[in-house]
Amino acid sequence: MSTTAVVNPGRPQRFGHRRSQQFTERVIAAVLFGCAAVTVLTTVGIVVILFSEGLSFFREIHPVDFLTGTRWTPASGNFGVLPLILGTLMIAVGASFISIPVGTLSAIFLAEYASPKVRSIIKPILEVLAGIPTIVYGFFALTFITPLLRDSWLPDVGIFNALSAMIVVGIMTVPMVSSISDDSLRAVPESLREAAYGVGATKFEVITRVTFPSALSGIVASYILAISRAVGETMAVTVAAGATPHLTLNPLESVQTMTAYIVQVTQGEAPHGTIEFRTIFAIAMTLFAMTMIMNLLSARIVSKFRERYE
Amino acid sequence: MTQLQQTYPDPLSVNEVPIQQHFNKGEVTESSTPREPNLRPRMKSDRPSKETDEIKDPAVRIQDLSVWYGSKQAVGNVSLDIARNQITALIGPSGCGKSTLLRCINRMNELISGVRIEGQIEIDGEPLYIDGVDPVEVRRVIGMVFQRPNPFAKSIYDNVAFGARINGYQGDMDELVRQSLEQAALWDEVKDDLKGSGLALSGGQQQRLCIARAIAVQPEVILMDEPCSALDPIATQRIEDLMQELATSYTIVIVTHNMQQAARVSNRTAFMLAQEDLVGRLVEYGQTEQLFTSPSNKRTEDYITGRFG
Amino acid sequence: MSSPEQPTKRITSSQFRVRLRARHLTGTLFVALAMIGTTIGVVLLAVLLFEVARDGVRFLSLDFLNSFPSRKPELAGFKSALWGSIWLITFTALWAFPLGVGAAIYLEEYASKNRVTSLIQINVSNLASVPSIVFGLLGLQLFVRGTVGIGPDFGGFGRSVLAGSLTLALLILPVVIVAAQEAIKAVPSSTREASYGLGATRWQTIQHHVLPQALPGIMTGTILAIARAIGETAPLIVLGAFTFVAFTPSGVLDSFTAMPIQIYSWTSRPQADFQDLAASGILVLLFVLLTMNTIAVFLRHRFGHLTKN
Ligand SMILES: Nc1ncnc2c1ncn2[C@@H]1O[C@H](COP(=O)(O)OP(=O)(O)OP(=O)(O)O)[C@@H](O)[C@H]1O
Ligand SMILES: [Mg+2]
Repeated sequence: MSTTAVVNPGRPQRFGHRRSQQFTERVIAAVLFGCAAVTVLTTVGIVVILFSEGLSFFREIHPVDFLTGTRWTPASGNFGVLPLILGTLMIAVGASFISIPVGTLSAIFLAEYASPKVRSIIKPILEVLAGIPTIVYGFFALTFITPLLRDSWLPDVGIFNALSAMIVVGIMTVPMVSSISDDSLRAVPESLREAAYGVGATKFEVITRVTFPSALSGIVASYILAISRAVGETMAVTVAAGATPHLTLNPLESVQTMTAYIVQVTQGEAPHGTIEFRTIFAIAMTLFAMTMIMNLLSARIVSKFRERYE
Repeated sequence: MTQLQQTYPDPLSVNEVPIQQHFNKGEVTESSTPREPNLRPRMKSDRPSKETDEIKDPAVRIQDLSVWYGSKQAVGNVSLDIARNQITALIGPSGCGKSTLLRCINRMNELISGVRIEGQIEIDGEPLYIDGVDPVEVRRVIGMVFQRPNPFAKSIYDNVAFGARINGYQGDMDELVRQSLEQAALWDEVKDDLKGSGLALSGGQQQRLCIARAIAVQPEVILMDEPCSALDPIATQRIEDLMQELATSYTIVIVTHNMQQAARVSNRTAFMLAQEDLVGRLVEYGQTEQLFTSPSNKRTEDYITGRFG
Repeated sequence: MSSPEQPTKRITSSQFRVRLRARHLTGTLFVALAMIGTTIGVVLLAVLLFEVARDGVRFLSLDFLNSFPSRKPELAGFKSALWGSIWLITFTALWAFPLGVGAAIYLEEYASKNRVTSLIQINVSNLASVPSIVFGLLGLQLFVRGTVGIGPDFGGFGRSVLAGSLTLALLILPVVIVAAQEAIKAVPSSTREASYGLGATRWQTIQHHVLPQALPGIMTGTILAIARAIGETAPLIVLGAFTFVAFTPSGVLDSFTAMPIQIYSWTSRPQADFQDLAASGILVLLFVLLTMNTIAVFLRHRFGHLTKN
């Protein structure tokens, strides 16, 4: 810069003095790109770590034995992951028996029936359910739901049981279903509703035959997301369902989910580098794959849905 | 069962003489230079009517209708008789309450919150705005076609069958769908792809699909709110031809901004205007020919000659 | 009114009306069902809060906030957990805020629409739904032990505030990015054009015009994301956060406990007294979350109008 000033003292250069500014601009752009790249590196980091530890686990335990074995007692050398997967899926599916109907009905009520005022009250309340830490749901299951089940209809239910875990995971995923479904319903153009009213449909018929089917892809995506969330849910199921890897479909018994097992091992004193410690990476790999597939699937469905109306 | 069928009769008996030969060719070039409309008088006043222009046995009778959106009045004291099996056009500058008036005729306006309606509308002498009349029933008898084509995200077949299904139609559904699509002059273009999505059609085809959908519930009156404003001239021509056909069996009320269109297709025209108080009122109503050639009101004349609006 | 030759109108058909009444009844039942469904969520929230409050008030006092954990329930307190969380969250925000805002600026203002950008965008939304426990394993290997894959350890930061906050920062990063992107998107492009028109560079435009306008939205989103981090338990447990810590951290390399960890530890004790302690801890945790949410909502309302117009 100073050299140009000497060469051409009288006249300030018109464009050249911006060069240092351009350099600054470029540095800033690079730094910002770096920030964005962190997210990609995070994914890469997750994949590398899970796979490297997971693969060294699979070098000792054959993946087929892992995926088809029905006994999970790592201490005595049984590495059949089925009980954990079954426990996880049982709770996720059970939870969806609550989150899907309650969430869908809430979404329909909010989007189609509620006045703006009622809506502005109910919607935030439902969203609070999603903001409550999951450990609180675990506490609620253990100290309220399970005793309630015992004192009322199910005296045989254990202190740790899959049922109360299902119930609380169902509750906490209601907002996921309700808010995404609500958005999808409200994205259905008003002209379609009018068209249906115009041929003599009742409000119920407009909703069930036109609005709901038109919003279906978004609604289904919300179901998948809720189930994916339930699969990855940790604290509530750890506290409520316990740590007994049973191959069972009886919701009154204690089961162990994949996440609960990871908690159990990392809390215990299994030394790093042992096969028992490596199991958690194999399991996390399975978990990661399951949730990733569900998330991609639902994202796909949602983007299809957007194409249709935009 | 038989009773119900009677209530909702076989479509074939509704419309005996559909003159559709020239639609059935389905060629766009054909329809852009149609033969049929040229055979018809440019202004349809073929029905014998007295010099006093009194409508005997109106299909729809609007009496002293006023509409408010919240505290703002949009339509003021409109009275209007709509002749049976004719086309009545509503014209007027933007915001004068044409859509509002139209949507009151099949009680669609109640779907907007904060709407208040005073006055009365009768169809065949039966009042619509009294206790005990269900708007769903009203809309079943008075169909509507909207400004923008709005087919459901369903197949062509299901679009047409929708209204009939919910209303408990007992007859042959395939036949009803065919008949409605034929009446809407769309059959030849879609008959091989009835399972295809209604959204995959062109704008003009979609609008005809919407007309077929409205016809399929066998209304007595069809309301059309600027049905051609989203269409190109060729598609507009087809819809106009179609309206002429439909007028043999249905009473049609059409809102349009296009004065030529009103002159071409309608038997009668109503001119509405919102003046300083922004309340839309009926200024003049009469035979289309008369209203366009010798309007009795100065403001009508100004409007149709393009001096404002 | 109606002329004699007109047959009975469908609108008066009693058959249709019977059916219609059934249709309306279905509708009414459905509304009732939808209302019950909605109420269930609200009621459950109320029951949950009531239960926690009922159990939690017993031990809730200033002493509770000022004492360290103890084997004796009467003496046990939340101090190390509360301070641990404060340390943790402060540093989490310190990492996540600049990274998240930087990434959002890049994606909204710099990135061209190409495959790399859409890959980053898809990746961000995917990361947002990766189970938090997986982030725990990432943090365990990367930050606690300093192991990347199978390679040798580089040491790592141990079970420290630093390792914990870095892990949580990665966990909430996608949420911060999406919120910041929304806020930046809401800044009208006319603002940018005005600034470019005055000869400002891209960064000057962002620094002086875009960011100030987007800041309230960014802050709201970040606060909500951080509120989520405060309640996270699973990743911290996987990192090996201690459950019994009788000191508060005094540096980023100190070990720590956190509110949800302490609550978990009390919850898993069989004695009822410890369950009540857990409830007290939950009350404190919920109070902190409520405060943060209130601030976020306040920011949105207070400054919302600035970005809208
Ligand atoms: N949903 C509504 N809420 C409030 N006001 C409305 C609503 N719909 C229409 N209005 C008002 O009522 C008046 C009449 O509107 P309307 O849509 O009936 O006019 P229009 O003659 O159909 O106009 P255009 O030719 O532009 O369609 C206008 O002043 C409009 O602002
Ligand atoms: Mg209009």
